[in-house]
Amino acid sequence: MPAKHRTAPRPSRRPVANKSSAGAPGGMQRRRFLGYLIAAPTLAVGVKLTADGVLEAQALPSPTPEVSEVYDLSDLLLDSTRPTANLITIVVNEDGTVSFSIPRAESGQGITTTAAMLIAEEMGIDVSDVNVTLADARPELLFNQQTQGSASVISIYTPVRVAAALARGQLVEAAATILGDEAENLRTTGGRVLSTAGSSVPFAELAAAAANSVTREAITELKPVDEFEVIGTPQRRDDVLAAVTGRKKYTMDLDVPEALPTMIARPPTIKGTVESVDNLAEVKGMPGVTDVVEISTDAEPGRGTTSSAVAVRARTFGQCIDAVNALDITWGGGNVDDESDATILEQLRAADAPANLPSPGPLDEAGGVLPLVTEPATGALDGVGAVETIDQEFVFYWRSNAAMEPNVAIADVRDGEAEIWTPSQIPIVTQSQIAQVLGMTPGQVTVHVPRGGGAFGRRLFSDVALDAARVSQEIGKPVRLMWHRADECRAGRVHPMCISRVRASFSGSEVVSFEQRHTSVATDYTESFGDMITSQAAKLPFANELTLSQTVFLLTASVPYDLGAIALGYNEIFDFDRFATGSVRNLNNQDFRPAQELMVDQLAARIGEDPMEFRLERVEDERAKACLETVRDEGDWGRDLPEGVAQGVVVHNEYKGSVAVLVEVDTRTATAEREIAGATTGPRVTKVTVAVDVGLPINPLGLKAQMEGGVMTGIAHVFTGSLHLRDGNFLEGSWDDYRYTRHWNAPPEIDVIVMPPSGDRPGGAGELAVGAATAAVACAYARAVGEMPTSFPIGHTKDVPFEVKPVVPPLPPSPVDGLTAYPTPSAAGPAFNPAS
Amino acid sequence: MPPHTFKVNGRPVTVEVEDDVRLLWVLRDLLKINGPKYGCGINVCKACTSHINGRAFNPCSVPVGQIRPTDEITTIEGLPDTVGADLHPMQEAWIDRDVPQCGYCQPGQIMAAVDLVKKVQAEGGSVTDDDIDEIRNMCACGTYARIREAIKQGAENM
Repeated sequence: MPAKHRTAPRPSRRPVANKSSAGAPGGMQRRRFLGYLIAAPTLAVGVKLTADGVLEAQALPSPTPEVSEVYDLSDLLLDSTRPTANLITIVVNEDGTVSFSIPRAESGQGITTTAAMLIAEEMGIDVSDVNVTLADARPELLFNQQTQGSASVISIYTPVRVAAALARGQLVEAAATILGDEAENLRTTGGRVLSTAGSSVPFAELAAAAANSVTREAITELKPVDEFEVIGTPQRRDDVLAAVTGRKKYTMDLDVPEALPTMIARPPTIKGTVESVDNLAEVKGMPGVTDVVEISTDAEPGRGTTSSAVAVRARTFGQCIDAVNALDITWGGGNVDDESDATILEQLRAADAPANLPSPGPLDEAGGVLPLVTEPATGALDGVGAVETIDQEFVFYWRSNAAMEPNVAIADVRDGEAEIWTPSQIPIVTQSQIAQVLGMTPGQVTVHVPRGGGAFGRRLFSDVALDAARVSQEIGKPVRLMWHRADECRAGRVHPMCISRVRASFSGSEVVSFEQRHTSVATDYTESFGDMITSQAAKLPFANELTLSQTVFLLTASVPYDLGAIALGYNEIFDFDRFATGSVRNLNNQDFRPAQELMVDQLAARIGEDPMEFRLERVEDERAKACLETVRDEGDWGRDLPEGVAQGVVVHNEYKGSVAVLVEVDTRTATAEREIAGATTGPRVTKVTVAVDVGLPINPLGLKAQMEGGVMTGIAHVFTGSLHLRDGNFLEGSWDDYRYTRHWNAPPEIDVIVMPPSGDRPGGAGELAVGAATAAVACAYARAVGEMPTSFPIGHTKDVPFEVKPVVPPLPPSPVDGLTAYPTPSAAGPAFNPAS
Repeated sequence: MPPHTFKVNGRPVTVEVEDDVRLLWVLRDLLKINGPKYGCGINVCKACTSHINGRAFNPCSVPVGQIRPTDEITTIEGLPDTVGADLHPMQEAWIDRDVPQCGYCQPGQIMAAVDLVKKVQAEGGSVTDDDIDEIRNMCACGTYARIREAIKQGAENM
């Protein structure tokens, strides 16, 4: 059970440590951190958002030379006169609450709640009295305004606490006079400063008194880990009340005057173009319609492939849908009109060897053997004995990973200025790209970041914001632009189709070598990964995007077990923007790890060891081993199960953490053939046990939520969640077609165990469980049916269990039978078992 | 444009709009009642689930012309008033279990859950896992486990 929302921290007896840096620094034995006291009407403090090492007072940062490429000299000169411009700031308000504007996206992962906890911990105030909002695009923060790679908690952990500690120190100093006590004797709790004599003064009365009239540097110390009272306790989301009452404001709920609904008529094939609109006047005259305009939908301004579409602005979104469908458009060809799943698979198999591994020998290809590098040994190696080899290819089809809230943006581009609202994970890049397509400077573009309705990597791209900005500029009016769900499926960023080829060699009970080569349709990392400089460099003429993708692969791919000599490789087909791809939740590991773990189970079976014991013997990381042991014990590994029901287990290390997942999958007919109208039922994950170690867990309740979400996504990845590519477009046109995990697929039993702190720093969690859960479910399914699946999701090639929606007109019309059809959807057919 | 008069969250409203505009857009774009969310527009994701005369329905698939003057629409914003409290027991359970992640689907999930529990209770039963399995509301964050717990907990206080 979650604890109560409010915590009552015991008072901290930490001595006040704030000192002006001009003063003599005392107490050198503890780490001291640098920040700024900022001139403001109430108390405001700031720190640089940067690696915590350089926050230390003894090591001040110097400007990075490469910065000039994205942040020009005039900006630098301007900001050099404002030394505090690139700070993240905490403000104590007159009512005693604390405000913090975080340069991150909040899309459900809980970073605002985490930030509030860090501040509450350090200052001695209730978590609920800390108000965390999302910062607009702040180009002066350079690379420090991206929400990706499960890195948010890792990156803010120290800076936010430093700012809070500075603020607390200032409040205590101001209180000392009022309370007539030495600052060293004072403590803070519940938003008050308390003296040893028992008198107290609330932050509200100190906010103005503690204010600074001039901005200056200051140093502080942090609360020791062993005194934490908030960090590590379960806290509910900061917006849970707003979310369950409908008061939470997403982008489309914002009151921006005159920003009327706008939708887009997209081409029938991926990245197609408009040749002509043949009934423009007629559609402009339809009810509610105010504007119809052709726009470029080029997502990579300045290079890459081009595409275009027609936008409709109207009084209601319903009238947009009708007008979009009424448009008579002559479409030009798309970018991949001749491609289907089968042609892509052929090209993936024929792809050249990765640059970081030698080319495959002709023997491999001639014999129909996988083109891998290590020799498929059949004889005996020196000192090893007879060697056997297992070769296997795994295929992973396209995935959508769309969020519930579609791509959304409000844009007001008038009078030489652009104001944008969009839940971007990379607002600085969004701002820069919008400036580029509008012919403005970034300074003319403001990007606000409302809370998002899910992100999962999709909002690392600015596609919808560019759409909205272009429409608004063209018609000179504000627009409220939303992608239809059909656009999400067909024009949205996809996780690319890929294959993973594995060759494992073993001798007796020893694994001799393990080679895994991953080959993928190119992933577009240009907007998201690395930093902005890398992103810009990748777009330079003659730049090799493969390097970027390979770098990402090598940074994330790992084998957590001792499997002898290990060789990993990654290569891609196509240019980075042939398809609209992106870095969805857990990147390559949602495919790479399942392939690997299925082979680990094969090795265990061939060697004759229990899958759990095999892993426990070979897992290299101690924290990972502890997670495995925990799920073994808590999940009752090896318990008696009926025929057709089996367990699977994996462990995974990433984002400075470890996670072990044990699942049970029921493939018996009575389960797999359950009849729920229009549902993809099939085998069911009935029980899940997760043990997670993120070093120092900040909010166990939020951490568990991330694990649970990762498991649900992994279930879809194994059984049902995919896009079918046919002749240049995807067949899926909505939810129900794209079959993410639903209530009828969700495990009735799920237990997440947060391991005790194994370090003094937090790791990332948002993506940690996805690849691991996918792998565990795949392994359990393989054991339950006695046959290893090699194509994912397993239902992908079996059938297309839905009526394919037309691409012309582009949007499925809304039904009219909603008063009689509930709870059965209008188009519900019989249930589908992807394993049948 | 014909005027349409009906009740939303206990309040009579009149809107002038074409008959065939679906109620979801009348609520959101014209009346600025934003609790019901758009997720698909074709009645499969259920993010807009609301109540009409006390039963769940999906306004994305109902032309406003089908709504009669006597019809009472309840969105998530009006749910607490149906029990005369600040929060409906189902909302309280949702908070207690910290169900939402992004929160976008949760108004629809709650409205569907209330309808389900009312239905099984009217039939003299209590909500089961099999009942919950049949809820169609999509959640892309994967909050299903907590929704399952919260429905059972909320039902106890309904």
